[in-house]
Amino acid sequence: MPDLAYHNKPSATPPLREDDHSPRAPLSIHDLTVAYHRKPVLWDIDLDIPEGKLVGIIGPNGAGKSTLIKACLDLVPKASGLVQVYGQPYKRQRSVVGYVPQRESVDWDFPVSALDVVTMGLYRDIGWFKVVRRKHKDIARAALDRVGISHLAERQISQLSGGQQQRVFLARALAQDASLYFMDEPFAAVDAATERAIVTLLKDLQSQGKTTLVVHHDLATVTQYFDYVILLNMRVVAAGPTEEVFTAENLHRTYGGKLTLLAEAGHALSQIKRG
Amino acid sequence: MVSGLHNTGLDWPSIEALLNVLLLENSTTAKVVISTTVLGLASGLVGCFLLLRKRSLMGDALSHACLPGIGLAFIVMTQFMGLEGKNLSGLLLGATITGIIGVVLVMMIRNTSRIKDDAAMGIVLSVFFGLGTVVLTLVQQSPGYSAAGLESFIYGKTASITQQDADMIQAVAAVVFLCSVLLFKEFKLLCFDEGFSRSQGWPVNGLDVILLALVTLVTVVGLQAVGLILIIAFLITPAAAARFWTNDLTVMVILSAIIGSISGWLGATLSALLPRLPAGAVIVLVAAMIFMFSMFFGSARGVVRRWLSMYKLKRKIGRQHLLRAVFEIQEALCLEQSKDPANVAVPFKTLLNHRSWTPKRVRQLLRQADHEDHIDLIDGDNVRLSESGFGEAARITRNHRLWEIFLITHADIAASHVDRDADSVEHVLSPDMVRELEEKLDMLGIPESPHYIAQAARGGPA
Ligand SMILES: Nc1ncnc2c1ncn2[C@@H]1O[C@H](COP(=O)(O)OP(=O)(O)OP(=O)(O)O)[C@@H](O)[C@H]1O
Ligand SMILES: [Mg+2]
Repeated sequence: MPDLAYHNKPSATPPLREDDHSPRAPLSIHDLTVAYHRKPVLWDIDLDIPEGKLVGIIGPNGAGKSTLIKACLDLVPKASGLVQVYGQPYKRQRSVVGYVPQRESVDWDFPVSALDVVTMGLYRDIGWFKVVRRKHKDIARAALDRVGISHLAERQISQLSGGQQQRVFLARALAQDASLYFMDEPFAAVDAATERAIVTLLKDLQSQGKTTLVVHHDLATVTQYFDYVILLNMRVVAAGPTEEVFTAENLHRTYGGKLTLLAEAGHALSQIKRG
Repeated sequence: MVSGLHNTGLDWPSIEALLNVLLLENSTTAKVVISTTVLGLASGLVGCFLLLRKRSLMGDALSHACLPGIGLAFIVMTQFMGLEGKNLSGLLLGATITGIIGVVLVMMIRNTSRIKDDAAMGIVLSVFFGLGTVVLTLVQQSPGYSAAGLESFIYGKTASITQQDADMIQAVAAVVFLCSVLLFKEFKLLCFDEGFSRSQGWPVNGLDVILLALVTLVTVVGLQAVGLILIIAFLITPAAAARFWTNDLTVMVILSAIIGSISGWLGATLSALLPRLPAGAVIVLVAAMIFMFSMFFGSARGVVRRWLSMYKLKRKIGRQHLLRAVFEIQEALCLEQSKDPANVAVPFKTLLNHRSWTPKRVRQLLRQADHEDHIDLIDGDNVRLSESGFGEAARITRNHRLWEIFLITHADIAASHVDRDADSVEHVLSPDMVRELEEKLDMLGIPESPHYIAQAARGGPA
């Protein structure tokens, strides 16, 4: 594990090498296939995400959205394929990547405070064996402030509401100060006010030139939030700028015969026409 | 009663013996007591992480898997190497080897089949324990068996702790202590969020191996003192008890180490005084007693504390509802007679109808309020607020109305700010906000803030 402690954090946009003719995409995926127990759940994924986009990953339950993120972060083994972050394998670029897991992935009864959890985003910078110092706590506190819950810093995490827990996870990613973010369903089970706050934050990140991939379920807000979408259902149905890709036909191909979802899609499309 | 106790067959110690043990005057006793205390410290530390990593059962599988190793090591040493069966390091080496094999088997079953964690551990645990029992039965007849005291590994026998064991326990405790301090932050992240830890490049598998290695070390050196059946209780109980007292991992780890040490010390002391009691069982029972006590009286999540705060909250809400009800009725009565609000008598019946209270509940609330000197019972049918009660009622009503307005007008920021439990809105909201809310109260045609009414009624400045 030497790369952890001795890794120097690259600047937000790594400098191009001279022989590079095109700018390196924040994330490019080639021929990615992922299987659990021999059953492939992602097939031949090919993607190039342009820099500075707010990207929605859309698809039905079980489409492999979480798996796609986990494969990018080396959390599940790849059956084949290649994932590159700014032109390099993920394991050499950890410090420029931030991750917000699904909220249910941890036990919120754990004996730590909100501030402790946010500080965990800095453990990599702190390095092996060293203790958390005041300056790290200050960074964590600032991150909590950015998501609007600095007054809950000392609270034990089980005493937070679902939306507040989600904000804690976001703050942990912010504390990492990455330039590419993966967020798995940050809008799950949050109220309208929290959703608005998170969207504001995402747009804020975008205006700083950062790239964010967000797994999202509410088709009605896709056009409003994202300027780039990936429609996913075991394979990439379509990926590109929202106005080109988010069409009735593509949604039909993504969600198939799932009628209720189609009704929802119809609603979403009527919103596009109005918007 | 006393003679009854004597009939249990226990030899009750004399005062002299008691002092002898407590002051660690006898060097053998001192060695035993210090060993178990240090062992308790180590198991309390490592137990915290084991518990939070949700691997308690893994520890259990590990300790039971030690048994065949002990028997097999005995066979190998006596039959093939011509050594004495009593050789402790040999026996513990055997225990370690089969213990590790047990853990590896659990992982293999889990990773290669669809069998769940708990089932895999259950299978390994019972198969290895069965195997161990068979091996021990087989070697029972061989020479040197009884001298080796293999059974003491099952239930634990502190008396058999030698200087060599004591040194080993101290070395293990030192290693555990060092690892817990150095890897505190790494273990914390591992236990809380494995996925994030892995995504950050921490060697999750490596850290898990280190954690399990520490558990193995504590288990193996603890076999002598506590025995393999109960060692898991010694690992988990102090941590579980500590959790009731705190919501902070650092405090929990320290507390758990302290509780572990106390259990080890007290358990060993008791069993030195009452030699017929199995030491392991006594140690674990002490730990269990501390656990029970913590479960009830723990300051963070103890049952009693929860009951108590629930009770207090109920009482407080009851009082607030009653005083507000009386105040609102008084307000209405005075308005009818177009008087300024004042502390007029309120009929019991009106009060009963004001909320969906039962007569019994109202009487209970009134009794409570009378006790707190908030209410004057005029006669059987009428009540009036006392002077302090009137002030309190006015404050509660005003607070309630301001919160109500706040929730209506500031729905977007409300959730994280509303703390109706706070004694006054001023403690939570800024003065500007309170002023704004008061203005809104006026605009909505809600009667003027009762705060000023109360002051006027008492003849103070309006
Ligand atoms: N650990 C696992 N073991 C086996 N199969 C898995 C595992 N995790 C996911 N799967 C399967 O992989 C497929 C994709 O799962 P994934 O979690 O990526 O879906 P998703 O698009 O995130 O769904 P959701 O919208 O419900 O979160 C599903 O069919 C699921 O059953
Ligand atoms: Mg998912």
